[in-house]
Amino acid sequence: MIDAIGRPQSVLVLGGSSEIALAIVAKLVPARCRTVVLAGREGERLAEGVRAATAAGADVVESVAFDAADIDHHQAFADQIFDRFGNFDLVIAAVGVLGDQTVDESDPAAAAAVMTTNYTGLASALLAVAGRLRHQGHGRLIVLSSVAAERARRANFIYGSSKAGLDAFSQGLADSLVGSGVQVTLVRPGFVVGRMTEGMVPAPFATTPEAVADAVVRGIESGAAVIHVPPLLRWVMAIMRHLPRQVWRRMPG
Amino acid sequence: MSAPGGRRTVLTGWGRTAPSASDVVRAIHPDVVELAVADAAGSVAGGRGIIARGLGRSYGDAAQNAGGVVLDTTWLDVVHQVDLATGAITVGAGMSVQSLMERLLPLGWFVPVTPGTRMVTVGGAIAADIHGKNHRLDGSFCSHVSEMTLVTPTGTVTVSPTSDPDLFWATAGGMGLTGVVTRATIQMIPVETSHMLVDTERAADLDTVMDLMLSGDQDYRYSVAWIDCQSTGGQLGRSVLTRGDHARLEDLPARLQSQPERALDFRPRTLARVPFSAPDGLLNPLTVGLFNEFWFRKAPLHQQGKLHTIGGFFHPLDGVDAWNRLYGKRGFLQYQFVVPDESGEAVRRVIEKISTIRLASFLAVLKRFGPGDPGPLSFPMPGWTLALDLPVGHHQLDRILDTLDEEIIAAGGRIYLAKDSRVSPAAFRSMYPRSAEWQAVRDRVDPEGVLRSDLGRRLGLCTDRRPPSTRRGRPRARTSTSRTRPRRPARAAATPSSDASSERTPPP
Repeated sequence: MIDAIGRPQSVLVLGGSSEIALAIVAKLVPARCRTVVLAGREGERLAEGVRAATAAGADVVESVAFDAADIDHHQAFADQIFDRFGNFDLVIAAVGVLGDQTVDESDPAAAAAVMTTNYTGLASALLAVAGRLRHQGHGRLIVLSSVAAERARRANFIYGSSKAGLDAFSQGLADSLVGSGVQVTLVRPGFVVGRMTEGMVPAPFATTPEAVADAVVRGIESGAAVIHVPPLLRWVMAIMRHLPRQVWRRMPG
Repeated sequence: MSAPGGRRTVLTGWGRTAPSASDVVRAIHPDVVELAVADAAGSVAGGRGIIARGLGRSYGDAAQNAGGVVLDTTWLDVVHQVDLATGAITVGAGMSVQSLMERLLPLGWFVPVTPGTRMVTVGGAIAADIHGKNHRLDGSFCSHVSEMTLVTPTGTVTVSPTSDPDLFWATAGGMGLTGVVTRATIQMIPVETSHMLVDTERAADLDTVMDLMLSGDQDYRYSVAWIDCQSTGGQLGRSVLTRGDHARLEDLPARLQSQPERALDFRPRTLARVPFSAPDGLLNPLTVGLFNEFWFRKAPLHQQGKLHTIGGFFHPLDGVDAWNRLYGKRGFLQYQFVVPDESGEAVRRVIEKISTIRLASFLAVLKRFGPGDPGPLSFPMPGWTLALDLPVGHHQLDRILDTLDEEIIAAGGRIYLAKDSRVSPAAFRSMYPRSAEWQAVRDRVDPEGVLRSDLGRRLGLCTDRRPPSTRRGRPRARTSTSRTRPRRPARAAATPSSDASSERTPPP
């Protein structure tokens, strides 16, 4: 159970090899999180996540195969994992791909794959998980969105629109869960310097997985509904949303 | 026949932290309790258990059961039997200490143990084995309970300290996890008036107040010190010590002596109500510091034999309804611990720690305990107990309190579960070395682990995990009314195809 100071005892990560999610787990385990389940694509990165959580001192650490695009199996996945572990105090939805806008614009199938992973597939999994959270009557759902969701940009609208879908979906899901004991926190980081953005020039207000993790851990305690990282981006985006189109579409990638 | 359906409700403890949703069933009669417990036992595989709740004065997560059933026992508020010659009274477990006083004080009988609020039920008083300002002399609540009726998943039993001492004492302080108390017989104490004869003195620092308590507490039935945890240095632990006893008829002014029925008058009043949640941070080191300064200075330096009302002496906070809202939306917690007499220094170290980091704590309360009772999870032990209210929100609160836990464990002390909302399972086991003994009794009366609470989950006393063999095809819990779609039976795990990935790195 999450205690009075916002420390969860168990966590399920969808997208278990995500750098940001693993940075969050790295902060939760020393603060008493005993059970860590990393769901994601099986491979070296997931295994590394398991090793890191074990080394940090969690009692139960497991990896589970999970594919955001495999919507036929999301309900069974959620049922099986919740039945087995009883409760999850925290679920982190960290599935996400950036894609390559310049290539994907002329490859509709690749663009659709980005949208499936980031939005439609993940939303399906979130519905299954939210049903089980509602059943258990408590829990926190952390959804990693992006500032890109606030206004789609010429330079990355495929990724941006997929995050916009996820963002809007999560807001509605949060409202639907009022009174269920489950709270949803939407995280909108700016440009995160890390594996996903390797080789790219950092945008203004760039942040790091560790900074996002710090903000999320604080958000779990305070019960914030939306977190911007860095916090200043909330106000920057409030202005950006109202820039004239002629200016906005020239914003560089 | 099954119990009436519950209504899904988000519940918290008095500290308003860590909410969860439970199906609240009104226990309007002991039969409803039996039906509800039987229902919960019948759906162990899919259900999430059951726990009793009284007036919700536990600070943490003791009286909530995420996804499961919570029995609202405040409806069990009848007087079953009363013996006005001996003061033995049998009441429903949902009767509050306030109702007990309203009924019996005019007849010259007072509750043997009262906490800092009248708004607790008899069932809750047993489950937490509550103590009062008279613990050193009179022990805790369950020492005055001669018999209780307990609804367990294996049947309803009437237990006394002699008929089944293991179950009786496992229930005393067992936080509701050994069964639902539906009625109890309590031995009240005789009083001549509804007034208290109180001595008040100010102590300049912690050593002074502890010396005063060590040397003088034996002259009083009730004793409590209020400590200013904001003061530091030479004033560290400056306090107001109030001690007293029930006033006898001859202690009252003549006009009251001539009317014995007025001498036993008891009309508790609420002066005000906090209408809504205060802004976060209203209680900060500055405002609390000002309040503490005022409280300390308004107390007389030394005053003897002053008459107080029972409400004014025992329950000053009951004058303000819903005062927990003053702490804002994020809520607060109470850190109450006991350390043995020989570890009195630990009290100083805790106060030092709290005062140096400027946590806004007011109403820190210091008392002495006498011998504990046989309950393996009962809180009191001979020594010092300190209770601190702390707002949630200080960025170091988690680490500071974990450090204090270690300090208290090292001193051989423990945390009070009725106040707790954050202790870890490992720290709990160190603080309550007899928890295995308690668990054995629980396993006897509740072998399937039907009695569950969020506190039990957090401390590792109960689990919702299902053995894989019993999962398939079992009926769902009838109580999960809010779920619209039945859960499908578990299927094989989703297995990824090698080409579909949940995460893809962007091309270089």
